[in-house]
Amino acid sequence: MQRRTVVAGLAGSAFAAAFAGGVQVAAAQEVVKIGLIATLTGPQAASGRQKVAGARLFMAQHGNKVAGKTIELIVKDDTGVADQTRRIAQELIVNDKVTFLAGFSLTPLALAVAPIITQAKVPAIIMTAGTSVITERSPYFVRVSFTLPQQTVPLAEWAAKNGVKTAVSLVSDYGPGIDTQDAFKKRLEERGGKVIEQIKAPLANPEFAPFLQRAKDLKPDALLLFVPAPTAGSLMRQVVDRDLSGSGIKVIGTGDITDDDQLNSMGDAVLGLITSHFYSAAHDSALNKKFVAEFKQANPGMRPNFIGVSGYDGMYAMYEALKKTGGKTDGTALVEAMKGMSWESPRGMMSIDPATRDVVQDVYIRKVEKKDGELYNIEFDVVKAVKDPLHK
Amino acid sequence: MLTILFDGVAYGMLLFVLSVGLCVTLGLMNFINLAHGAFAMAGGYLTVVMMNWYGISFYWCLPAAFIVSAVLGVVLERTLYSRLYDKTHLDQVLFSIGLIFVATAAVDYAMGASQQIINLPDHLNGRFEFLGASIGVYRLFVIVICGLLTVGLQFVIGRTRFGSRLRASVDDGRVARGLGIDVTFIFALTFAFGSGLAGLGGALGASILSMDPTFPLKYMIYFLIVIAVGGTTTITGPFFASILLGVADVAGKYFVPSIGGFIIYSIMVLVLIFRPEGLFTRSVRR
Repeated sequence: MQRRTVVAGLAGSAFAAAFAGGVQVAAAQEVVKIGLIATLTGPQAASGRQKVAGARLFMAQHGNKVAGKTIELIVKDDTGVADQTRRIAQELIVNDKVTFLAGFSLTPLALAVAPIITQAKVPAIIMTAGTSVITERSPYFVRVSFTLPQQTVPLAEWAAKNGVKTAVSLVSDYGPGIDTQDAFKKRLEERGGKVIEQIKAPLANPEFAPFLQRAKDLKPDALLLFVPAPTAGSLMRQVVDRDLSGSGIKVIGTGDITDDDQLNSMGDAVLGLITSHFYSAAHDSALNKKFVAEFKQANPGMRPNFIGVSGYDGMYAMYEALKKTGGKTDGTALVEAMKGMSWESPRGMMSIDPATRDVVQDVYIRKVEKKDGELYNIEFDVVKAVKDPLHK
Repeated sequence: MLTILFDGVAYGMLLFVLSVGLCVTLGLMNFINLAHGAFAMAGGYLTVVMMNWYGISFYWCLPAAFIVSAVLGVVLERTLYSRLYDKTHLDQVLFSIGLIFVATAAVDYAMGASQQIINLPDHLNGRFEFLGASIGVYRLFVIVICGLLTVGLQFVIGRTRFGSRLRASVDDGRVARGLGIDVTFIFALTFAFGSGLAGLGGALGASILSMDPTFPLKYMIYFLIVIAVGGTTTITGPFFASILLGVADVAGKYFVPSIGGFIIYSIMVLVLIFRPEGLFTRSVRR
């Protein structure tokens, strides 16, 4: 545009120049930009791909026009490094003048942008990162994914009801891992059970064998596992290799370890594994069947997982917020519009808690089963409308 | 207790096969090849592709991983590495780090960033009890293969004509050349062999270590620790260093999980304080 202005000016027509400039301003008013910061390279890349695929699918289904505005999705790769996320967020706000930020695959990445979005009053939609505290760090955070305690507490309830008296937890040593083990311990002990030991494995850990062996030798009724989704595959292989379930230990975890995208490559060994989570590709609803089918069609070789669905729902929340404000792009008004919003997602019913801007949703207890030759998390129990238990 | 020792030895053996090629290039050829892990990754991914896409038996994947990585090694050695033999160590480091990034990006592009998982043949899965220790069949398999390799390697370098030629080429390339030894050929062959071993290590480790595009960077630290502790002038040095680190790492994580991940580094620090040359060294005449 700028170059065209210069060329027109050189041609000596002041009118043409003014006209081109006018078009530019009008176009800028009509476009609402969404800066999607995903992790597309590095160990967390699988999560970024899911997120982008989910967001694109939503736009393909619902078009790019909302409340008279044209939505433009700008996808950036932060490589999973907080410094990059922060820099990209700054560029998107200052240079691209985005109305929304979205994405954030890990907790530190979300925390890194908190001061920026507060200052710039730009709403940021969290599509993955699962530590409770994030939404308290800026009034402009809105979460559509999940929090770890939200997934863990129903699991602890289920375990207590199903005869688990003693448990050991094995988690990756970082924010979400600590949240998971603490939430589980608290609820299980409230229900009369006991967590004998909390084992923390380094986040960049190639060998789980010794930790698993220790857990096995402690002979608990159940072993709670939590690692970031991309690591789950190798952990589960070693769980199977050590034959923990054969020695009478119930292996349970949050749904991250039976991520829909990777579940099939883990092999039949994970059959019967019990997890709690908010989304399964096998969730029985018309909306989800359509979502899964179209997701697979648009992204051959991928199956939507909880990150894909969060990308999809994040777009829904932003579209609806724009509808409510009548296309106004004031950040504070958009956040207000999202508070209390409630809708049916492929995962089931969900809403945004007006007090905490955090997601409220059903959490399912599922078991890995084989269906049509593929492995799925089949939901068999549900806890309705779970709020994050750590928020005040 | 014995189980822990056994797991540690298996892990150490795997570390050894992965890093021994680096000992050869670093110690014998005096070339710093940080991209060593990329060859291991090549072997690992080849195994993944052969097994998961074409359903080829795991046992064929092992030699294939060795051969393909070795060929890859020789091609890169002839086209790229050989130009850097005379350059400073800094140039070599920069070059090989660059190569890691290329390899990581290439694998990411071709195979995706997610972790690759292979399903071993059933008879390699499972465990049995032996003298009160619970032994994983696959880990035993790894120990046996790595043990045989170590013995073979020690024999080739120490006892054969090729070994003495290699040592001669390393100690003084000009004189060796004058004596009619084809130094270029020997170096290329050695480099290929080292890369092949890394590839084999990658194939063996594909189910224990996690195979993803960041593998070369993730394990570079472990390779370097093995070499720093074991020294680079012998094969036995890195061998014992690997076992020591493997056992210490596994035992540390088992007994004191809260600081377990740190033990391997503490050992390296201690060794470097008291034996800066590494645990096992022979006097270098250079």
